[in-house]
Amino acid sequence: MSGQTTAEDLGPVTTLATPIRLDFEFTPGVAQSRFLRGLEKGRFVGQRCPTCGKVYVPSRGSCPTDGVPTTEDVDLANVGTVTTYCVVNVPFAGQSIEIPYICAQVLLDGADISFMGLIQQIPTDEIRMGLRVEAVWVEPEELTPSLASVRYFRPSGEPDADYETYKDYL
Amino acid sequence: MSAAAAKAKRAVRRPVSIASFAQSENVRRDDQHNEVEMLMPVVAEVFANIGITKNDIDFICSGSSDYLIGGPFSFVTALDAVGVWPPMPESHTEMDGAWALYEAWVLLQEGEIDAALVYSFGRSSPGNLNEILALQLDPYYLAPLWPDPVSVAALQARALIDAGKGSEEDFAAIASRSRKDALSNPKAQVAHDIPVETLLRDEYVVSPLRRHTLPPITDGAAAMVLAAGDKAREWSDKPVWITGFDHRIETHSLGGRDLTSSPSTAKAADVAGVADGPIDVAELHAPFAHQEIILKEALGLDDGVTINPSGGALAANPIMSAGLIRIGEAAARIASGQAARAVAHATSGPCLQQNLVCVLEGE
Amino acid sequence: MPESEALHASHVLEYPYSRSVGPVIGAFLTGLRDGRLLGVRGAGGSVIVPPTEYDPATGDDTGELVEVGPGGVVESWAWVPNPLPKHPLARPFAWALIRLDGADTAMLHVVDAGGPDQVATGDRVTVHFRPAGDRIGAMADIEAFVPEGGTA
Repeated sequence: MSGQTTAEDLGPVTTLATPIRLDFEFTPGVAQSRFLRGLEKGRFVGQRCPTCGKVYVPSRGSCPTDGVPTTEDVDLANVGTVTTYCVVNVPFAGQSIEIPYICAQVLLDGADISFMGLIQQIPTDEIRMGLRVEAVWVEPEELTPSLASVRYFRPSGEPDADYETYKDYL
Repeated sequence: MSAAAAKAKRAVRRPVSIASFAQSENVRRDDQHNEVEMLMPVVAEVFANIGITKNDIDFICSGSSDYLIGGPFSFVTALDAVGVWPPMPESHTEMDGAWALYEAWVLLQEGEIDAALVYSFGRSSPGNLNEILALQLDPYYLAPLWPDPVSVAALQARALIDAGKGSEEDFAAIASRSRKDALSNPKAQVAHDIPVETLLRDEYVVSPLRRHTLPPITDGAAAMVLAAGDKAREWSDKPVWITGFDHRIETHSLGGRDLTSSPSTAKAADVAGVADGPIDVAELHAPFAHQEIILKEALGLDDGVTINPSGGALAANPIMSAGLIRIGEAAARIASGQAARAVAHATSGPCLQQNLVCVLEGE
Repeated sequence: MPESEALHASHVLEYPYSRSVGPVIGAFLTGLRDGRLLGVRGAGGSVIVPPTEYDPATGDDTGELVEVGPGGVVESWAWVPNPLPKHPLARPFAWALIRLDGADTAMLHVVDAGGPDQVATGDRVTVHFRPAGDRIGAMADIEAFVPEGGTA
């Protein structure tokens, strides 16, 4: 035996830290790059399925229903409808927004799929399904090919959307 | 397993055919497409080859590893390449597509489905394979030292040399032959005719492995359609049948096994019935040149067997697909009439830890 | 960049894993922290190093812990002329499968040997631990193995 005596004080080893860091050069692919480039210009660009005609935003390059490439770009409106939402009250690591805040699924006019957005400029107890919202973008010189170009969505002032107009997108 | 038991096991099998196979271009770096965009043309081709659609398929199984691109659950989004609506029965293996094929084949054995789509994809270029593949090792004793795959393979190659089973000249000869054969493979990434003596002037990457003994780093995808029952005959005039299929694993402790032999391959070969008839062609998944020597011995292949006419993994090594491609290449040799009976092999893990053997026959 | 070309971005994934090691791996790692090497007796009486809770040959539970080393024999080795960033040593070194004295299996570690002509299969090497205060109970507690009779 080696005669080391420190072990008794330290106790047996019960855990092993195995931190892993991996570096990647990520590509979102052709279709998502078009969406991201659109954000850099302050607009939402979706893609239409040639088979079923649905418009995806962002498109990953295929229609997930038909499995065919989506190649036709479609410019979408800056306004949309809140299809569903939640109010976040729980702090978590990496959180950059003051709680409570509203996280909602927004169905942009002209799109057939909703995507997640932050809703601001409305009290959390007034958020509702059907609320019409518009995107608020960062200053033109701050636009990047990233969703960070969209600061948040805010009420557009239009009347709430009729349930029938978004019931198929919940 | 006794010969009688092995025969009895094989006798209960339902014939399953490889109805279609497709693979992408194998390239060093596809930095233009996401996984869905990479897979879609391959899936479209594997269906178009036999004039079917996703609606003719009863089950989907894929093989991939999210570690490769650093995209958690990328195997879920990859299903968008097929379009799984209405919802379809589907499964995934964090293994080479050859194991996804095995899962689909087992389900076909049950008789409740008649057709399956198997696909696999992997881009090695976005990350650092030397680091990513270290993470498949034991996380307590091995991974913390970050042994890269070339170093681990080099330990095996040295053991092979020490055991008198192979030499650096032998390794170079395998690499030279494989890449020369790859000249006739339009999907090959590395194909050239360079003599052994020139190759032996390469520097060591990790001795005793020189550059030419290493597989290329490859981005690529592959897909296959399996068929049983009436569909097998409907989709092919001359079906290529899977007549034996098995896979086995050995301990992950590199120092706990003989690196110069592959008992798991030998066992899988026995159960799959490799020795039940003559083998014309073998497609062996030997990413490092020296591993062909070990596999050839474990499979009991004599010098008359044509090994890796496609160039094998030395010509293109898309991680997670290279094993499935071996089966596709072997099936193609039977479909073309070049071979009557073939064996295909896939491996996973360090130093041939896990091995799969598939026997294919024409009519 | 043309509109048709895909965008790229660097992307880092970090996993701060902390693993429970259990009684057998834990004993080995505790041994490393204490500056000694432990194996475990397998079902057939063989000594497995590094130790596992099961005998990989049979799947049976393993038995008593036994001290092995500090010397051993190189069973296979591979010379790394250009170490990678995460490798244990920054200077050229050999990976080696080392069968420690008293063990029946080999363990993977590095040999700090100076050059590829300084290491061979069958060579005797001995463990070189980090200073006691730097050891935490991990494989890196072994700085390297060194040729027996040589210096680190």
